[in-house]
Amino acid sequence: MDTPLAEVATEAAVPAPAPRAAAWRRLLRNWSVRIGGALLLLLTLLSVLAPWLGTVDPTLIDPVNRDLLPGSRAAVVTLTGESFEHRFWMGSDSYGRDIYSRVLYGGRVSLVVGIAVALLSLFFGLIVGLTAGFLRRLDAVVMRVMDGLMAIPGILLAIALVALWRPSLPTVILAITVPEIPRVVRLTRALVLSIREEPYVEAAVSVGTSTFRLLYRHVLPNTVAPLIVQGTYICAFAILVEAILSFLGVGLSTDVPTWGNIMAEGRLQFTQYPHNVLFAGVFLALTVLAVNILGDGLRDTLDPRFSRESSNYGRGDRP
Amino acid sequence: MTAPALRVEGLTVRLPPGADRPHAVAGVSLEVRQGELMCLVGESGSGKSIVAHTVMGLLPGDVRATAGRVLLGDEDLLHATPERLRRLRGEKMAMIFQEPMTALNPVMRCGAQIDELLAQHTALRPDERRVRVLRMLERVRLPDPAAIHAAYPHQLSGGQRQRIMIAMALILRPRLLIADEPTTALDVTTQAEILRLMHELQRESGTAVLFITHDFGVVAEIADRVSVLKVGELVEAGDAQAVLSRPRHPYTRMLLASVPALVPRKAPLPDGSAVQLRTRGLTKVFDGGGWFGRRRRVTAADAVEIDLLRGETLGIVGESGSGKSTVARLLAHLIEPSGGEIELDGERVARLRGNAARRFRRKVQIVFQDPYRSLNPRRTVGAAVAEGPLNFGAGRAAAWLRAGELMELVKLSPAVLQRYPHEFSGGQRQRICIARALAVDPEILIADEAVSALDVSVQADILKLLDEIQRRLRLTLLFITHDLRVAAQICNRVVVMRSGRVVEQGPVAEVFERPHDAYTRALIDAAPGRGFAFGEGSA
Amino acid sequence: MIRFLLQRLLATIPVLLVVAVVVFLLLRLTPGDPAAVIAGDIATTEQIEHIRESLGLNRPLVVQFGIWFGNVLQGDLGESFFFRKSVSELIAQRLEPTVALALCTIVLAVAVAVPLGVLAAWRHGGWLDRALMGFSTLGFSIPVFVLAYLLIWLVSLELGWLPVQGYQRLEEGFGPFIRHLILPSITLSVVYIALIARVTRAAVSEALTEDFVRTARAKGLPERRVLIRHALANAAVPIVTVIGIGLALLIGGVVVTESVYAIPGLGRLTVDAVLARDFPTIQGVILLFSVAYVLINLAIDLAYLALDPRIRY
Repeated sequence: MDTPLAEVATEAAVPAPAPRAAAWRRLLRNWSVRIGGALLLLLTLLSVLAPWLGTVDPTLIDPVNRDLLPGSRAAVVTLTGESFEHRFWMGSDSYGRDIYSRVLYGGRVSLVVGIAVALLSLFFGLIVGLTAGFLRRLDAVVMRVMDGLMAIPGILLAIALVALWRPSLPTVILAITVPEIPRVVRLTRALVLSIREEPYVEAAVSVGTSTFRLLYRHVLPNTVAPLIVQGTYICAFAILVEAILSFLGVGLSTDVPTWGNIMAEGRLQFTQYPHNVLFAGVFLALTVLAVNILGDGLRDTLDPRFSRESSNYGRGDRP
Repeated sequence: MTAPALRVEGLTVRLPPGADRPHAVAGVSLEVRQGELMCLVGESGSGKSIVAHTVMGLLPGDVRATAGRVLLGDEDLLHATPERLRRLRGEKMAMIFQEPMTALNPVMRCGAQIDELLAQHTALRPDERRVRVLRMLERVRLPDPAAIHAAYPHQLSGGQRQRIMIAMALILRPRLLIADEPTTALDVTTQAEILRLMHELQRESGTAVLFITHDFGVVAEIADRVSVLKVGELVEAGDAQAVLSRPRHPYTRMLLASVPALVPRKAPLPDGSAVQLRTRGLTKVFDGGGWFGRRRRVTAADAVEIDLLRGETLGIVGESGSGKSTVARLLAHLIEPSGGEIELDGERVARLRGNAARRFRRKVQIVFQDPYRSLNPRRTVGAAVAEGPLNFGAGRAAAWLRAGELMELVKLSPAVLQRYPHEFSGGQRQRICIARALAVDPEILIADEAVSALDVSVQADILKLLDEIQRRLRLTLLFITHDLRVAAQICNRVVVMRSGRVVEQGPVAEVFERPHDAYTRALIDAAPGRGFAFGEGSA
Repeated sequence: MIRFLLQRLLATIPVLLVVAVVVFLLLRLTPGDPAAVIAGDIATTEQIEHIRESLGLNRPLVVQFGIWFGNVLQGDLGESFFFRKSVSELIAQRLEPTVALALCTIVLAVAVAVPLGVLAAWRHGGWLDRALMGFSTLGFSIPVFVLAYLLIWLVSLELGWLPVQGYQRLEEGFGPFIRHLILPSITLSVVYIALIARVTRAAVSEALTEDFVRTARAKGLPERRVLIRHALANAAVPIVTVIGIGLALLIGGVVVTESVYAIPGLGRLTVDAVLARDFPTIQGVILLFSVAYVLINLAIDLAYLALDPRIRY
């Protein structure tokens, strides 16, 4: 009797490419990943390489150069007394500080905050979520606490925490991380619960796999992708929240330029000199947009719901 | 009346790029005359469903008919406008689908769903429509039509929902009814009722019926004529009885030979054989709902007493909800019983924990029903099979060597260990799962509906494989199935379960030929095509 | 059905409790003396002592919680030292502008987002779909205040159509009331629209792949009916759910929007309170917003009863 098996036994055993390599290629081919990734890379480089991109000390105050329009040239006198011609690409603020330099340096804070918050919330959220998913007894209690935390609107909680702990980079990061943890917990728990239902997990149990190995071999690998996607969205959100905190005046103090406080300082003169607010605003929007686009692209390629093998025609479920 | 209601001529349907073949169906021609029931038979992937969807104009966007004609009466549907097709649907041609559980809108009352059909295609007033709907509900033998009219789909059983689908399909008396595997998802007793109903209604109204199925038993039961599809091509067609008894194409012959006969083949083991596994009063109760949730107490297994003799193949048969799968999982130590005991070689094993449980697991292994979800898609096949031995202390090299040996045992090349599950077909995956189960050297192998999701030819292969393995390794096999034919083919003894209780057990020949219990009798009577003597299966 | 109601109500109580505990603890988490923090930087030692007494900060934590909670249940949210009023009074004064803004925004957002989402799902993969997804990503990315400034610059400064800032009470005339709310509502609704439209599109797309939609088409029903009576009707639950959950975004946005548009509502109050480190007020406002959020989501849960008969029976 001719069966498909005969072919398999005689087929040359060229091992098919591992899913991981295939996944990478698919990732890099996705347009959202390319555009978002490229844009993000560009903005990151601008911030990191700021000292070499024609900037001056972003905290240098010089009332002589007050309120210059974008594109103007003027002399800058540094603290050491040096003087040189400088083009104020984005104009200057009411203290005479170069907005271009402030915006570029400001990017550093945003990026650091975004990445730190994403990593921390994923880390803590993963641990708590795994525990809740595996230990039934703790599950109910943990989820009630998480629900309660999620009931408090995140920005309000962050604002309150920053107000409590006095603004500094670590406290801002922590204050934005805390409201994000419950969401990661919820996602992780949901993933764990659904993976536990899968027949292959049951099969692993039946061949004697211990709970620890189960977690490591079967559960965790399937949680990585959705968590990475979630992480990018958290990063975008964190950048926004930090900017909001700065804008409202409750974030980092103004001697560290952040996009938010650049806008905060410029808001009083907005009607006359919009350049104060708009440049920082555009950079902020572009960065968050880049991260979000990257996240969308990652989701489209990594999320199991999308990357499930395309429905084969002869799958055997009787089309 | 022999004018054809439906004529398909040289139909070719193209698949989008990336599919495993360029055409779903190529050059298919068939004819369904008014008043007759034509069965379209094929395995999964044969394209039979595509033909049905093409006629109705319900193909998904990227699948297209590129050649041929589809004539409903005198009209070529392939050239009809979408608006024209829409008008024809429901009124001149109707379709019912495979899954009754999902085919009805969950947020709309059943009566309203039939009513909207009338509202769309006729000019009847609301009260007139209601009368007509109620009358149709009576015709499909639904009890208390008024209550059903007001009910939501989730309040009805699968069989009842399928009757509603039939009511919707036939209420406007279409010339053609297409039924796409309408009974595949139903229990065998329900299936028998629905088949009977459809047959009667068809005779009464003279509708032409195109009935799609993979089950030759159904063909034997109700078909006037039959067409056989293989991978998108028509290989044989003709009068049903003729094709079934004298198939001409080798493919048809192969398919028919793969259908297990309902005639029991094996004798029970001799008296006095050792009892390997025994259950006493085994009970499992599931409690649903939270503090204020619906108090759902389901007694899945109720004081089940089963003896499993060493070296035999014992079948547990029953419909959905009978508890057979629960018993399987209890025996495999995947869930704990609420009451009762399980003894393996005299030792109490039901409530083992920790290392004792792991030692038990080596002795009893299980193969599950769904080959598509039983293997972790992110791990190689070799890793899956080697996992067992690795868990029990084997070194990596030894474990993989064993995996290679097992691949050969299940007739796959050891070279495939590096591959990933998605590269294999359903039958191949099931072989891998069997290899995985055998990797820890069990004494008892439980197959929980292990062949139910497979095509009949693949099923025949797997059953043959299991038989061989059992003899070679001297295993005890516990076979869970809803398919009586399969049980007849490979079991020595059989246990019949219903609603968690054992209603009958004994040597398979006795239970099938001289059943004591009324339910067992009903179960056997309901098996479609039992009047037809099917092939020997794979001997 | 009664069981469902009770179950939902009972589930809400622990959540509210956790909220209360967290809010209560907020003040106690500060490094340093809570009483000194409340009193402000220019307080005398006596004032600080007085505060410590009146709040019972010397007593055990659990007792303090009991006192505070008891007060809250009676409507007493404490005293604001900065504003020299009771917190409840402060909140009552600032309530109307925020509620007005929120309602306007919700109505606008739902009215725009749901139809857009349905259309995008219907024309899956078409230009509308892609445009909507692009707009949605953009909507999530532009910070509320940046958008606010852009809109103000464009509409008020350049075109002069609408007032730049401020709020007019309803009693003083419906016209000015609305005119002052248009820009803030639009600004605030963008994020909300982005969220709702996205979820609507996903839910309706998913529903359109379901078997019962195929059945509806097989019955020869017109596409419009299939879309609305069959697909959308079944997508209602996730859509309504996200409208409830998205309120959290809305509340966060309110704070910033009121700040930019100089609307004297609860959002502004929060910012002022934070800048002044006026903790009783901060606690009061957070408590109010959180409780409102929980209760609104509870109401939405109850709405499921009307939307999904599987829950009713």
